[in-house]
Formats: sequence, C-alpha cells, structure tokens
Amino acid sequence: MINRFRTSFLAAPYAVWVLICTILPLFYILGYALTNDAGGFTLSNLFAITDAVHLKSLWLSIEVAFVTTIICLIIAYPVALILHNLKISNKGFVVFLFILPMWMNFMLRILAWQIILSNNGILNSILSAIGLPTVHILYTKTAVTLGMVYDFLPYMILPIYNALSKINDQVVEAAADLGANWWTTFIKITVPLSKDGIISGIIMVFVPALSSFVVSNLLGGGKVLLIGNVIEQEFTLARNWNLGSGLSIILMIFVLLSMSIMNKVDESENGGMLV
Amino acid sequence: MEFIQFDHVSKSYDKQLVLDELDLYIKENTFVTLLGPSGCGKTTTLRLLGGFEKPDSGRIYLNGNDITALPANLRPINTVFQKYALFPHMTIEENIAFGLNIQKKSKEYINDKIKYALKLVNLDGFEKRSIDSLSGGQQQRIAIARAIVNEPKVLLLDEPLGALDLKLRQNMQYELMKIKQELGITFLYVTHDQEEALTMSDTIVVMNQGYIQQIGSPEDIYNEPENAFVADFIGESNIIEGIMIKDELVSFLGVQVPCVDKGFGTMKPVDVVIRPEDVELGYPGKGFMDGVITDCLFKGVHYELDVQCGEYEWLVHTTKYFEVGQKVSLNVIPFNIQIMNKPESEDEEVMKEDD
Repeated sequence: MINRFRTSFLAAPYAVWVLICTILPLFYILGYALTNDAGGFTLSNLFAITDAVHLKSLWLSIEVAFVTTIICLIIAYPVALILHNLKISNKGFVVFLFILPMWMNFMLRILAWQIILSNNGILNSILSAIGLPTVHILYTKTAVTLGMVYDFLPYMILPIYNALSKINDQVVEAAADLGANWWTTFIKITVPLSKDGIISGIIMVFVPALSSFVVSNLLGGGKVLLIGNVIEQEFTLARNWNLGSGLSIILMIFVLLSMSIMNKVDESENGGMLV
Repeated sequence: MEFIQFDHVSKSYDKQLVLDELDLYIKENTFVTLLGPSGCGKTTTLRLLGGFEKPDSGRIYLNGNDITALPANLRPINTVFQKYALFPHMTIEENIAFGLNIQKKSKEYINDKIKYALKLVNLDGFEKRSIDSLSGGQQQRIAIARAIVNEPKVLLLDEPLGALDLKLRQNMQYELMKIKQELGITFLYVTHDQEEALTMSDTIVVMNQGYIQQIGSPEDIYNEPENAFVADFIGESNIIEGIMIKDELVSFLGVQVPCVDKGFGTMKPVDVVIRPEDVELGYPGKGFMDGVITDCLFKGVHYELDVQCGEYEWLVHTTKYFEVGQKVSLNVIPFNIQIMNKPESEDEEVMKEDD
C-alpha cells in the first residue's frame, strides 16, 4: 500500500500537467464545438465539415499529407539504410547531422524556403544561369509539399534508422548464407524487420502534416488552404471559436482514424510488404 | 588437391593481424573442429569459408575450385550461427523453406524436406509454430534444419552450443554427431570448449593468435600435445621446464626421471608436460620426489589436489582422498611423461604468450 501511494505521489506532477494542459483544453474544445454563439447545444459546428469549402480543404490536407509521407519514406529509407551500413566509428555524429536542422527555428527554415523558391529567388537564379526556364512554384501545392517534406524528413529517418540498427547482423548474413542475393535479402528480411520503424515514421510524418498550417501559410501564401489553415483562421480572423473547435474535433477524428489504420496494418501484416 | 584448402590466407581488422599466412587442408566428409581461445582466428577462418569476409591475401579452394571471390549466397556452404539468427518474422516452416524457395524448388519437394529436417532434429510437427515459442535449444535445432535442407557440401557451425546449458549441450553434441553421420557431409565446427572438440571431432585444429598450433585426432591432441600452448589449452597439465640429459632421460625440479622420448639431443632445454591424472601418489620416499598436500577439492569423479614440492606446486587428480598436510611421494610412469621442444622461432613464441 505504502509503495503504491508513493509511486502515485511521484506521478502527481505529471498528472496535474496532463490535466491542466491536455485534458482540460480538450474539454473546452469539445464544449465550444458543441455550442453556438448564444451557448446553446448544436451539432452544426461538427457538420460544418460537409461545406464544400471545408471538404475541399480537408481533402487537400489529406492529399498533401499523403504525398509528403510517401516522398519522405522514399527518401528516408535509403538514407537510413546508408547510415546504418556506414563503416565508420563515428556513426552517431553523422546521424546527429541529420537531426541538426530540427534544432533550428521552424519558422526560420520555412522562411528560407520562401526565399529560395520565390520568383526571383535562388532556385530560379540557378535555373536561368544554366539556361533552363524558370519555375513558379512558390504559393502552390508543390511548395507546401516540398516544405513539409523538408521539415518532417528527420522524423521518418530516425525511427527507420533505429529499426535497422536493431536488426541482428547475423540474420542478414543468414539470408545470404541461404542463397539470397542483396535484393531478396532486402525485400524478405530487411524491410519486414524494419516495419515498426516504417510505421512509426509514417505516423510521425502523416499526423503533423495533416494538421499543419504554418508551412502552408508561408509557402502557400493563402492560396493553399489546408484544413489547418481554415481552423486557424476561424480562431484568429473570424473569431468563431465554436466553428474552429468543431473542425478541430473532426480533424482529430481523422488523425485517430489514420493511426488506428496504421496499427491494424502493424498487427495483421506479418512479414508482408508495406504501403 | 584437398576438398577444402586455405592457401596462404591472411586477414587483418584495423591493422590487427588475425590470420597470418594460414594453410589448412580439410578432407571431405570429416568433422573438423577449430579450437582455440577467443581472438585466435578460428571464427575468422570460418567466416572466410562462409564468404562473409574476404581475405587480404591468399586463396581459398573448395573441391578444386577457387571460391575466394565468390559471394556467400553462391557458395554451396551453409552456416549454423552462434545466436541461431533465425528470421523472427517467419514461422519455423518459412525459416526452413527460405533457402529452398530461393532455389525455386517445387512445393512438394520443400514440404518433404521440411518434414525430413524436422524429424532429423527431433522437432516433428513444429512447422507452424513461431520462433518466439521455442527454447534456445529448439531454436538451435531449427537453425541446423534450416541449413541442412539445402544439402550443402560443407556445414559451418560457429559455437552453436555456446548459449545452451551443460546438459543440453552434451545432448546436442551426440545429436550433431548423429546428424553428421546421417548426412555424410563435411562439418567445420568452431569452439573454445575443448570437451566439445574432443567429443565430436575427427580432426581438431588448435589455433592461437592466428597460427595453427597443432592438427590431429582428439587422441593425438590430448596425449601428444606438440607444444606448451596445446598442452595447457587441452585439459589441465603440469608444464615444467626441464633439461633433456640424453635419450630417455629428462631432468626437472632437481631430479632425473626416465621417459620414452628420443632424438632431442643431449643437455637440451625442454618443456615437460604431465597430465594431473597421470601423477601417482604414494608413501613418502617411494617416488621420484616427495611433497605435501596443500589443497584437496572434491570434483565428483575425482579429487583435485595441490601438492607442494619445493618451489613447484603440482596439480594431481586422484580417486582417493588425501588430508591437507599429508606427506606423499609422486611418481609418473615413463610413458606418461611428454617432452616438448621449447619455442624457438617467433611464430612458436606466440604460442606461450597467450597463457
């Protein structure tokens, strides 16, 4: 009894933190979502998602998040694999180099992309210098996706790298010993055994990409309205907290849904290919 | 040319020489054990044959073909790894079928092979089980089954019993010998456990610091160690510096004792090796020297005694109990005194450093 009391006592600060910073705000959001201006009960804030504008934003968000996740996976897996296979003693340092950008201010990094991608920016200067036509990708879906890939890539690399590090070298050697060439070993052994890392990476990229609004604000310039932007505007410009909360709840449901789908994949796919 | 041949094979890691100009010949259908302390190069030798490492210099031949540059997946050789290295995301059946699927064998052939292999390792009916549900000993049996279904010409075993407890290890030793007989292929076994090596092998290759110390049958290695390292590594020994006075007479610890060795010359410094079970204890004055029992430990089959004779403390195994402090005489029949040359070259010197 004493032990139990002591451990729960030690957890108290955390419990208070969760209560004040997570649970309470959630109830407030739910409260706003289910009421109208006058304070009366309504479901209209939740059903507002069926508005054509909101549906379009939600669909656009899902599309951008999906494409971002796929591109991150395609880039991150080879990078993680190369990092893992590096035959140097200071592997930790190289991994650190990949995480380093995460320590820089998020806004600063995105602003840098704004300058690179602008019509008279670095990218177009380089393109015209080598005689290629310039491109206008700032304030398009492409720019937003590019910014998200850049931002979220480390969150895909790290879990995959960790998963690869946990694979016993002898298991890979055993596959070669039994006649498997590099590709067969990769498909039948390495990928299935790093599945947990792939799933973590997908969740860690897809979820923030789905709800992000800063990247689309800066690189989308108000022309690319993700559901995150719509919610932000409801809170800041329109001052309609009820509608913003309602849409937030819907977005949250989508996030939980996508996570549970990924967990289902994790359980059911025993050794099969992912994605 | 022999079945397996290492021809002047050298290998180093980070400038540390692990194998130096190794020459090794292995006959077909023998059970050969590479035996030595950690860092002696035995595992590297195995990995070179398996194709997991490339030699810095030298060639490796299998059945007359140069396989030095052949990658592991193209060698007709399979390996049983130390930590089993089973595929954790596959069932037992899928693990065993892995190599056969790559060879694109028919479904019936694969199923027959799985049945046969599981029977051979005494795990019939385990097809659908997962790897996690198996004990260490069972996992090692599956690893053996997974390797042998491919009908390799050589089976490499890298300390496969190291992680098992004593009783299980002994059972597995007999099973491995049985499997070897049934398959009729060459086994190359790596271990640091001398008992394992003596029990199972047709030929033992004793290695130390990248050099082969002695190659021979278990009986040869145990009874006629060629140098002090082998004598010390295989079983326990009394190794005493002595002088070969003339043929069949050696002097050590201040006494002259008859032996059966010849051809060392006269007044030549040698190492004298006497196994603890070959020392006979008697009443004081009845042997070639007297001593006092300083320690007596019960070891099950025998007592392990320390007998102090002047400066030297003998290790003696007897089946009789002796009191600590008791005065005894020591005697050894000439046949059980093993005389060895002292190391002369640098290569040989290595053999003693590792003690």
